Amino acid sequence: MADYYKMLMQDVRFREGLNACMNCGICTAICPAAEFYDYDPRKIVDLVQSGNNEEIENLLKSETIWYCGECMSCKTRCPRGNTPAFVVMALRNLSQKLGFFTESEKGRQQFAIKRTVGENIFKYGYCVASYAVSPEMHLEQGPIWKYILENSNDVYERLGGQINELGAGPLRKIPDDAREELRKIFEVTGGSELFDDIEIHSKKKASEMGLEYESEGIDNEYFIEVFTANNKKHHEKS
Amino acid sequence: MKTEGKKRIWSDYQKEIADDHFFYVRSCIRQSFFPGSEQFFLHFMREVLGKDVFENPSHTTCTGIGYHSDIVPLSTIMTVVARHFALMKEAGYKNIAISCVTSFGIYTEIIETWKHFPEELEKTREYLYKATGREFDVPENMAHTSDIIYKLRNEIAEKAKYRLVNHETGDPLNVVEHIGCHYSKMFPRYGVGGAEFPNVLGGMIEAWGGNVVDYPERRHCCGFGFRQYLVQANRGYSLSNTVKKFSSMKPFKPDLVLTNCPGCTMFMDKWQYTMKEMDGTVYGENGESIPVLTYEELAGLVMGYNPWNLGLQYHMVQSEPLLKKLGINYDPEDKFRTIDGRQMPVPENLINA
Repeated sequence: MADYYKMLMQDVRFREGLNACMNCGICTAICPAAEFYDYDPRKIVDLVQSGNNEEIENLLKSETIWYCGECMSCKTRCPRGNTPAFVVMALRNLSQKLGFFTESEKGRQQFAIKRTVGENIFKYGYCVASYAVSPEMHLEQGPIWKYILENSNDVYERLGGQINELGAGPLRKIPDDAREELRKIFEVTGGSELFDDIEIHSKKKASEMGLEYESEGIDNEYFIEVFTANNKKHHEKS
Repeated sequence: MKTEGKKRIWSDYQKEIADDHFFYVRSCIRQSFFPGSEQFFLHFMREVLGKDVFENPSHTTCTGIGYHSDIVPLSTIMTVVARHFALMKEAGYKNIAISCVTSFGIYTEIIETWKHFPEELEKTREYLYKATGREFDVPENMAHTSDIIYKLRNEIAEKAKYRLVNHETGDPLNVVEHIGCHYSKMFPRYGVGGAEFPNVLGGMIEAWGGNVVDYPERRHCCGFGFRQYLVQANRGYSLSNTVKKFSSMKPFKPDLVLTNCPGCTMFMDKWQYTMKEMDGTVYGENGESIPVLTYEELAGLVMGYNPWNLGLQYHMVQSEPLLKKLGINYDPEDKFRTIDGRQMPVPENLINA
């Protein structure tokens, strides 16, 4: 059996986020995810601190670790100075490295995030930019958002925007050399490797599920599946 | 009365905020959804107060949204942020002004990580040099742009054309403030008032004549939750948390929600539209929804800036009910016009319109 606990200990967030947990449950009391999902950060921390690698493997393959919203409210309140959300971030990172994330509906969504936010970083130099937020995928943005995109130049010009043009200002075009530096940083620091891990394991899963997978873009069956699938059981107490 | 002990206790909740010479970094979300807010900040600082605020257009995303949705590793984001610090060093600045609470939280986390794990700082220096040939220093002073407006709140009050008072009744307006989780819940000492007494927005509201609303879910998350919003299948989490928050504030009859984080501003504005569409629920008085403003928009309004140059017309919840309470004489004809005065189409089905 692999020593997952040892692997987790290589992540500074894990070492910083997990001292001895006394199971008081304050993290769960304050957690927005615990309010609506079958989720209990106290149980996660307790399980991980047991060092039981079999249980940790189950956790790495579970829906559970993907319920946290990373609001980090637990960090403020833990009387022992733990940060359950840091523990979750370390678990998610390991789950992706090992390919376990595709075993759960919520974990598979990492592919959708990589193909949207992740690709935006390289394409535009931004995680989010107005032109990358399509009204069709974001109905909650309402009629004003569609209007803004349809009248983009006029809207942003009045508000000082520099949309898609070089030079200082909101939504300025990020120069090519700056985007190239971003890409090199991703290559040197393991960011590109994580992107590749997500792609490789997602492609494999798409094949297992019999869904079409394309090497880029969001117009493929696997993307649509992971972006929209919800078994509606995530809130039911196990 | 002995004050030594009190001073010592409260010193943990004070924040030193630089006065001038800032290296400014923008926000992906604020510049996309509230570009007028960033431009107000720069105009006010540079043109009205004559301060030095420098922007290098080569700064990029901090990758914070990717980091908190777990597709960007810690080593990567530390090096991206180190590049920003390198641009700052190259331009000769030591004070950083950050336009985004997610970024601000990232910067605090990274600087604290480097303090607790100095080997991570050294590794980041090597990574950045290898990737870009750049070298960096850690900023001497780090402010969220709201910290700077907080510091200037009394100066703004002196210049104010309007106060946060109902001009017909003379009563102070009830203002809900939402500071955003990543401002001070993670590393309290970087925020004004820390995590226990956060006063960055409350201080502005009081200085400008309003009443700060205290309500049970005042410190609850807006509902963003990163992956819980980014992926369509998860948006029930995001919306449910927003409903919890608005249901809690409703009995206190807020006239306005004031926000610190651009993401929170967007969610608290747009989810009110969604809730109204889904089951007809509104959370303001008289069948209206509650306008949600950034601190730059509110500072601009009290100082008499044209609301349409601040971009209030581009929220889903329109602010006319608030403008009327404040006694602001706005020009409805100017609302949807271009910078050179050309009439644009008028959007339909906005809220409070």
